[in-house]
Amino acid sequence: MQKQKLLGTNMEDITIKITDRDGVLHEILAPTDMAMNLMEVVRSYELAPEGTIGVCGGMAMCASCQCYVKSDHELPEMGPDEDLMLTEAFYVEDNSRLGCQIPITSKLDGLEVELAPES
Amino acid sequence: MIKTDILIIGAGPTGLFTVFEAGLLKLKCHLIDALPQAGGQCSEIYPKKPIYDIPAYPEILAGDLTDKLLEQIKPFEPGFTLGERAETIEKLDDDTFIVTTNKGTKHHAPIVAIAGGLGSFEPRKPPIPNITHFEDKGVEYIIRDPEIYRNKKVVISGGGDSALDWSIFLADVASEVTLVHRRNEFRGALDSVDKVQELKDAGKITLITPAEVKEILGDDHVTGVSIIKNGDEKVTLEVDHFIPLFGLSPKLGPIADWGLEIEKNAIKVNNALDYQTNIPGIYAIGDVNTYPGKLKLILCGFHEATLMCQSAYQRIFPDKKYVMKYTTVGGVEGFDGSKKEAPKAVIKKIN
Repeated sequence: MQKQKLLGTNMEDITIKITDRDGVLHEILAPTDMAMNLMEVVRSYELAPEGTIGVCGGMAMCASCQCYVKSDHELPEMGPDEDLMLTEAFYVEDNSRLGCQIPITSKLDGLEVELAPES
Repeated sequence: MIKTDILIIGAGPTGLFTVFEAGLLKLKCHLIDALPQAGGQCSEIYPKKPIYDIPAYPEILAGDLTDKLLEQIKPFEPGFTLGERAETIEKLDDDTFIVTTNKGTKHHAPIVAIAGGLGSFEPRKPPIPNITHFEDKGVEYIIRDPEIYRNKKVVISGGGDSALDWSIFLADVASEVTLVHRRNEFRGALDSVDKVQELKDAGKITLITPAEVKEILGDDHVTGVSIIKNGDEKVTLEVDHFIPLFGLSPKLGPIADWGLEIEKNAIKVNNALDYQTNIPGIYAIGDVNTYPGKLKLILCGFHEATLMCQSAYQRIFPDKKYVMKYTTVGGVEGFDGSKKEAPKAVIKKIN
């Protein structure tokens, strides 16, 4: 497992475990005070190649940031955009979410997710 | 052979604005884009979404930005090769380039500006094991010629606008149209959803939801599909064509093999100078390039295009010195004979 840290992270960080598309588990620190979402965290740590994640920039319009939520954290409810985008995504499971629609908050400390395959 | 001064690959906002800046320098442009329309991501992914960081527009829809750019560059009469993907590049002895598309259209220019965004948009293919075997043998991801479906049995899958719109269109062409979607709700425009409902009620479209096409049947051509409905109910349909319409996703594609230095799926450029790549005469601007501190913003693409055109001018006319003129001072002289200029002050005496 690789432990990584973004520059400038501090006490308000939370820990997230992310399994990348090659099955490698990364335990990373994510800031709660920078208005980041999970997709942006994955991109910041370069856990998926540029151009294969966050293609639409975070508008819930491409599903390239689809991930499977492995832990039982309470997540923000799915909005209609995310819900309908997932009906057109591939490899969708019951625990699929779009990373761009999950803001990083202190409640998500210990979150465990896996990136869905590229499609 | 199409000849131009600057050949722009990618007709997104950066590519379009390049035409304007080049036009001020009296350089002609031609654009190639894999999509059938200009605008790139702005028209393909989010035409109805607002953008808030275009200077002087507190808010503008991505589709409107495309329209405004097209209006702004119209006097410079850009050429377009749309619906074709730039495939190969060849450098001639005189340091000019020939770019050929996947359909064989050839373009000749002394300067190539790659404004390809995240790459060319390719259809998203559903993960059905034998799907590639049936490509162009009854499986089509893009409808090019609707006539091939005349009096045929067609199954369409997807839940967005293209799935709805084509189901509506083909209802009058094909002998049978079946629309398969994973949910009862559709993401497309309300008008289209209503129209599909109407055609379903009239018996012209069969709707199978919530369902997914899981298997394609046939030997040399599609003869049917197998569908899983309501989670576990298997339905087999006899069809001639299966049209999965799940939108497009960008891929860097053949440009990655042009000998350009690539880093993190983007083309490395010299941002201290002119956004030229490692191959002199080939520039990369907008989201497709990378350099220290790069930001993938439309407004950054505009700036990069502007500096790139200056460098292109020097490369085409090494002996000339260009003196930058403000458009307010020099006006805008189109290649179409139009001229825009600031109105002259009216002088009136006071007696």
